[in-house]
Amino acid sequence: MKLPIYMDHQTTTPVDREVLEAMMPYLTDQFGDPSSRSHAWGWAAEEAVDRAREQISALIGALPEEIFFTSGATESDNLALKGIAHAYQEQGRHIVTQQTEHRAILDSCRRLEQEGFAITYLPVDRDGRVEPEAVQQAITPQTILVSIMHANNEVGTIQPLAEIGQIVKARGILFHSDAVQTVGKIACQVDDLQLDLMSISAHKMYGPKGVGALYVRKTRPRRIKCTPLFDGGGHERGLRSGTLNVPGIVGLGKACEVCTRLWRAEGERLAQLRERFVAGVMQGLNHTYLNGHPTQRLPNNINLSFAGVDGEALVMGLTEVACASGSACTSTTLEPSYVLKAMGLDDALIHASIRFGLGRWTTQEDVDYTVQTVVRRVQRLREMSPQYGLLARRGDSRQGSMNTLAQQSQKP
Amino acid sequence: MMPRVYLDYNATAPLLPEALEAAVPYYTSNWGNASSIHRQGREARVAVEEAREQVAQLIGAADARDLVFTSGGTEAVNLAIQGYAFGNRSRGQHIITTQAEHPAALDTCRALEQRGFDLTYLPVDGLGRLDPEVLAGSIRPQTILLTLIHGNHEVGTLQPLAALVEVAHVRGVPVHVDAVQAIGRVPLDVAAFGIDLLSLSGHKFGGPKGVGVLYIRAGLAATMQAIVHGGHQERQRRAGTEDVPSVIALGKACALMSQRLGDECHRLEVLRDHLEHVACSRIPEVRRLGNSADRLPNTANLSFAGVKGEALVFNLDLLGIAVSTGASCSSRQGVPSQVLAAMGVPPETSEGSVRFSLGWGTTDEQIERVLDLLPPTIQRLRLLSPLP
Repeated sequence: MKLPIYMDHQTTTPVDREVLEAMMPYLTDQFGDPSSRSHAWGWAAEEAVDRAREQISALIGALPEEIFFTSGATESDNLALKGIAHAYQEQGRHIVTQQTEHRAILDSCRRLEQEGFAITYLPVDRDGRVEPEAVQQAITPQTILVSIMHANNEVGTIQPLAEIGQIVKARGILFHSDAVQTVGKIACQVDDLQLDLMSISAHKMYGPKGVGALYVRKTRPRRIKCTPLFDGGGHERGLRSGTLNVPGIVGLGKACEVCTRLWRAEGERLAQLRERFVAGVMQGLNHTYLNGHPTQRLPNNINLSFAGVDGEALVMGLTEVACASGSACTSTTLEPSYVLKAMGLDDALIHASIRFGLGRWTTQEDVDYTVQTVVRRVQRLREMSPQYGLLARRGDSRQGSMNTLAQQSQKP
Repeated sequence: MMPRVYLDYNATAPLLPEALEAAVPYYTSNWGNASSIHRQGREARVAVEEAREQVAQLIGAADARDLVFTSGGTEAVNLAIQGYAFGNRSRGQHIITTQAEHPAALDTCRALEQRGFDLTYLPVDGLGRLDPEVLAGSIRPQTILLTLIHGNHEVGTLQPLAALVEVAHVRGVPVHVDAVQAIGRVPLDVAAFGIDLLSLSGHKFGGPKGVGVLYIRAGLAATMQAIVHGGHQERQRRAGTEDVPSVIALGKACALMSQRLGDECHRLEVLRDHLEHVACSRIPEVRRLGNSADRLPNTANLSFAGVKGEALVFNLDLLGIAVSTGASCSSRQGVPSQVLAAMGVPPETSEGSVRFSLGWGTTDEQIERVLDLLPPTIQRLRLLSPLP
């Protein structure tokens, strides 16, 4: 077993060896620009990009021409929201989303609000799920887009996208999903989920950083309009200008191909490890709660609140295990996680939360070692915690919302 | 088979082996997200900040914090122009540029026009230069920005930058320089020139594709608007997980260029001049386009009378030589070069023009091979040509 153990696969993943091998020719001899239509280097690059488009579309059940390359999912999310908003604003200026979206969605929405768009941020239940009925009710004649993430990056809760998609489609509105955490991990077919647009990131699925894609349905029944974020050259059929990042794109394509092969078995294996992890921690510690949906969750996500412990201090103290407190994308700031807040957790338990993200090379040994280390560390921190002292003396009489969560976490 | 010759460095350049070597560990053993607080994350953060220093050093930026990593030159140019325009709209809506810009700037300006901005596209002279007097005459009280390319992608012309910046600054207009082709090829110091915004791209001089930089002079950033929202990265100027390996590779390429720039500049200039000189002596009726003095050391744009540039490019490709016509980094093919048109080059000359752009991998032998193959190819094409 190699230390430190990497348990932060929702933040980023290592590049699969097969993926890096596929990229290497394009980082060395095959360095052409696919826009160079006049020589062999350009054609080789173009071929590679086309192959990647096919590999991605095969994984998500799309057509190659429905894949548009970007610099990553943050850009894809920005492009989807702002692009659709700007292209359809004459039809209406209302967008429906929900409160536990990734910052890329929320901040794009805030920006659109400054431009005069109206945004509905739907609430989630204690497990982090959006009620499809609530989407139905939020839609107005001015609504042009509904954007609901597929699975949450912090708590792993999977949204009922197919049901929501049905509703959105029936109303003739466009449906987007940030599927960064699910593509290559669980079933994620654009037709099954009724999606018109979907954001994809390479570095969450064992591909390289700096590359992502936006899926845009070709006909619906009309061509979907989307205003680009950048101009200059008209690459990607005018949707995204800029020289294509060929090695990155090849890496994303290969990562998709590998996931197409592996996701089912990998998901089952990781779900078992996840159960083992949660059971182990629950056995060793009381006053510990699993955040997120007990079953409708990513196979590799574990989010726990250790009452009486500061999550930040725990992460810093766990030198042998790389994990995240709150959302790592915002972890440089110490604001409590807005995702857990939206799910109704109180601030104390939010600050006591930690996320463990399992991955392709996580072993049972890694899990057992991490559980042991975490249990020991939490026990030590709790010994020093006056907050926990109080809690322990009070017994297990958690009030209100926490009871439900505690009960849930006892039956994984 | 003869070794192939790549002379299309203004479209894209191979990655420097040292830059790749520096990046590989960040693919294989340290893949952390630079925003994570655990060890892998902190190590990635340190490496990203080192790379930022390396880029800052190459462009003479005193404070590396004034640099924003982007997904490439196009995004950097967009962030500069759009970001500044929307952030400063209340002060005025007039922006000045030239007719010889790269599509990244030109298309961004056109998009701004559609959103209510007032754009002036200044003419350039026969060598592709903007006259400071012409610039002075176009500045109005509502002018908020001058954006211009330094080191033209098609002909290599360098602008009289010091004079232009002075004219703009005297009237309180900040200057954005699209230095995508100039950085790593000629010395360019943002502090010495007083440049306010500067865009660069990794993949033109030995760094990777998919990464670029916008330099924003201290104090200006607060007035600008981001394009990509959704995270605290890059001091809130550009959201999204940093592409750590690419940033490291870019940093390394910049560090190498900081050391080699003088020698490399000279080496390429000698090779390019030799290519031009010998081609012009061996082939009749060749016209050299662009400035012969202040220009990029690696770029030659030659027009061969009676030959279609496209036909020449395809024929050279069959011989294993990669060159291009006009602005090949644009995906629009078959459109006559706007740069050459702006320079007043007649269409028949423009159609017969081919760009040779050299770079770090170009050798003497490669240039000799091109000089051996070019004259007979031109001769053959001229025999086939229906043109008089």
